[in-house]
Amino acid sequence: MLENAWVIPALPVVSFFVILFFGKRLPSGGAWVGVAAVALAFGLSLVAVGEWIARPATLEVEAAHAAAPAEAGHGEEGAQPGHTAEADEGAHGPAEGAHDAVREPVRREVTWFSNGPIDIKVGIHIDGLAVAMLFVVTTIALAVHVFSTNYMADDPRITHYFAGLSLFTAGMLVMVTASTTLLLLFGWEAMGLCSFMLIGHWWEKQENSSAALKAFFTTRTGDIGLLVGIAILFFAAGQTFDIATLNDAALNGQISQGLLTVGAVALFCGVIGKSAQFPLHTWLPDAMAGPTPVSALIHAATMVVAGVYLVARVYGVFWEGFNIAAGGVNLGAVIGGVTVVIAALLAFVQTDIKRVLAYSTVSQLGYMVMALCVGAWTAGVFHLFTHAMFKGLLFLGSGSVSHAVGTFDMREMGGLRRFMPTTFKTFMVGSIALAGIPPLAGFWSKDEILTGASAGGYPIMFWMGVLGAGMTAAYMTRCVWLTFFGEYRGQAHPHESPPAITVPLIGLAVLAAVAGFLNAPGVGLFGDWTNNAVTLAAGVEHHAFSPGIALMSTLVALVGIGLAAAWYARNVGPHGITTRNSTARAGYTFLLNRYYLDHLYTGAIVGSIKGPIARAAYWTNQNVIDGVVNGIGIAARRGGNFVYDIVDQGMVDGAINASAAGTGAGGGFLRTIQSGRVQQYAAVFFAAAAIFAVVLIVVTI
Amino acid sequence: MILNQFLALAAVLFCIGVYGVLARRNAVLVLMSIELILNAVNINLVAFGAFHDTVAGQVFALFVIAVAAAEVGVGLAIVLLIYRNRQSVDVSELDMMKG
Repeated sequence: MLENAWVIPALPVVSFFVILFFGKRLPSGGAWVGVAAVALAFGLSLVAVGEWIARPATLEVEAAHAAAPAEAGHGEEGAQPGHTAEADEGAHGPAEGAHDAVREPVRREVTWFSNGPIDIKVGIHIDGLAVAMLFVVTTIALAVHVFSTNYMADDPRITHYFAGLSLFTAGMLVMVTASTTLLLLFGWEAMGLCSFMLIGHWWEKQENSSAALKAFFTTRTGDIGLLVGIAILFFAAGQTFDIATLNDAALNGQISQGLLTVGAVALFCGVIGKSAQFPLHTWLPDAMAGPTPVSALIHAATMVVAGVYLVARVYGVFWEGFNIAAGGVNLGAVIGGVTVVIAALLAFVQTDIKRVLAYSTVSQLGYMVMALCVGAWTAGVFHLFTHAMFKGLLFLGSGSVSHAVGTFDMREMGGLRRFMPTTFKTFMVGSIALAGIPPLAGFWSKDEILTGASAGGYPIMFWMGVLGAGMTAAYMTRCVWLTFFGEYRGQAHPHESPPAITVPLIGLAVLAAVAGFLNAPGVGLFGDWTNNAVTLAAGVEHHAFSPGIALMSTLVALVGIGLAAAWYARNVGPHGITTRNSTARAGYTFLLNRYYLDHLYTGAIVGSIKGPIARAAYWTNQNVIDGVVNGIGIAARRGGNFVYDIVDQGMVDGAINASAAGTGAGGGFLRTIQSGRVQQYAAVFFAAAAIFAVVLIVVTI
Repeated sequence: MILNQFLALAAVLFCIGVYGVLARRNAVLVLMSIELILNAVNINLVAFGAFHDTVAGQVFALFVIAVAAAEVGVGLAIVLLIYRNRQSVDVSELDMMKG
């Protein structure tokens, strides 16, 4: 299966075209085609996971020695992955360069096209990271597809909806299996397109289509950086798009430090846009305008982690470019840490349950980026894995809630635990997992990140992470309290959702509960499975479980829960402070307006650029373009006149008039002959016959 | 056998016929003049047939007589209709086909 893993992305591609062309004629708008394709892809992914786990670790990699920060070098002594490791053995001391075996990635490539000496290849690169992503994406996609068959059943454009879901799934699967940055970019952009289509699915409402445009343009802003970065690295790594070669070149010091830094920063712009990092996170909460399953699939579990996946995939570039091993601060870690805190703060003032979850997603994505950029590669990827499970669960849970009460406004909910017990229980599992309470999934991955930040020499990021953990627990408590506890405040008649909605919830709840054990201390399976040549060669450390940090993060989370519970359940604390105290009110307003970032973008930046650009464009239009157009017009008119006077009137018409006049004259002459008198005709006839006879006689004789 | 006398007779008849066609104004007489021309031809055909000792001349003459009978039938019908419409059979007045 690993060799034929290209089938997995191909399945949803096929289903996309089938739904697009035949969906309207199929029962339930072709929805079941999408479900079947994704279910098959899910099955094949499970097979791939099994084969990957069973694959023996045959590829020996010489790990860079652990004290990478002290070395401050970029690969002069760097590790050579693969077979050359043996040859270099002699050059290194026995103390360093311990050999470690990892599973060899499965690669299959075909040449897409050749341009001179450069072969542009497309293909698959299947390693532990790709297999993990295949599992995550197909799991969430399957749950969302099944959920949607009921949730979207009455939608008039269900066919387009499922076509979009299929194409989106295909894009994500292409991206995670891609062997070249070019193919990766292809999947990346396909997802951007699908995100636009699905956010704007209910485009009849102006705000929905605005949200779709906003998401598209904001991520495009970052994508410019991604394009630039790919181009830089293409030339830097010797004209190749191949990701493995790129990582090797970066780690071996074949690319200069300056170029690597520029390339990494450019790629990181793409990450900021796609993974909704500060300051381009503003599109993600607005993207909640789309149908809830879309929010679960795209804006929680899969697409937004594309940026995180990109960092994890071309980790060699980021490792050297950001000089992650050195500790202290770097661009990625700062952006990630800031995102964790500011997004968590925003989650407190939201009244829309999906927006709470959206800001929570932004915050958790900040954790992942921060983890990768402080050197905790496994922790970042593992958090991606667990977060997909519980955040997909929470989003589907919010969809189930809105299915019951017909709104996303938490002010019109409350007390729902009595009406929808299954949704309540699964939502609680997801919330506790997200809050990081042991032994659910979120605890293990978040704890690893904190350990990595602490041990990797990033104390600022560590404290940001701890602060974020406390706030996460608190805002989830607020969210759960407002939704499920207290008295029901709405007007609808809440009811439990049908099985098509609750079954995916239960499945994801089980995964959210147990997924964390995969990499629990003493188990460490996930780290073993995803271990690869790049992280080994870079010398990424795997830090041991730290009971102190685990205890602290749990306590912080419990304190967060306790404070929030005291505030909302027991009515303890300075309620109403935002109306009494001007400082508190200012802070509240500041949060309500989302740090005025949207105002900054639309008012200040877009506004100030729009005017001058419009004026410059108008001037160019009036003077340059119109000048050229008018010049062409005048020249064309003169040419036309010349042609009209000389050629058309003189020559063509002359010839025609002359022939007409000639014909007329000839007709006039012949007309006189046709007198209508039979005897005249006969006279001519006999005269002619006589003349012919004379001629004949003369000729014969 | 002497051919000349027949040819001479035929030539005389033909010329009389041509004169009649060109000069007479009465349509009936024009038709009769056409008959003269045709019969001049018939004489020629029969004379040459006898001269060359073959029946082809006579066969042709019989064909011409048959066609002439038909022609006269049609011609007289046209003349009759013209007379009915115009109370005249003067061919010099019939120039409606003038171009």
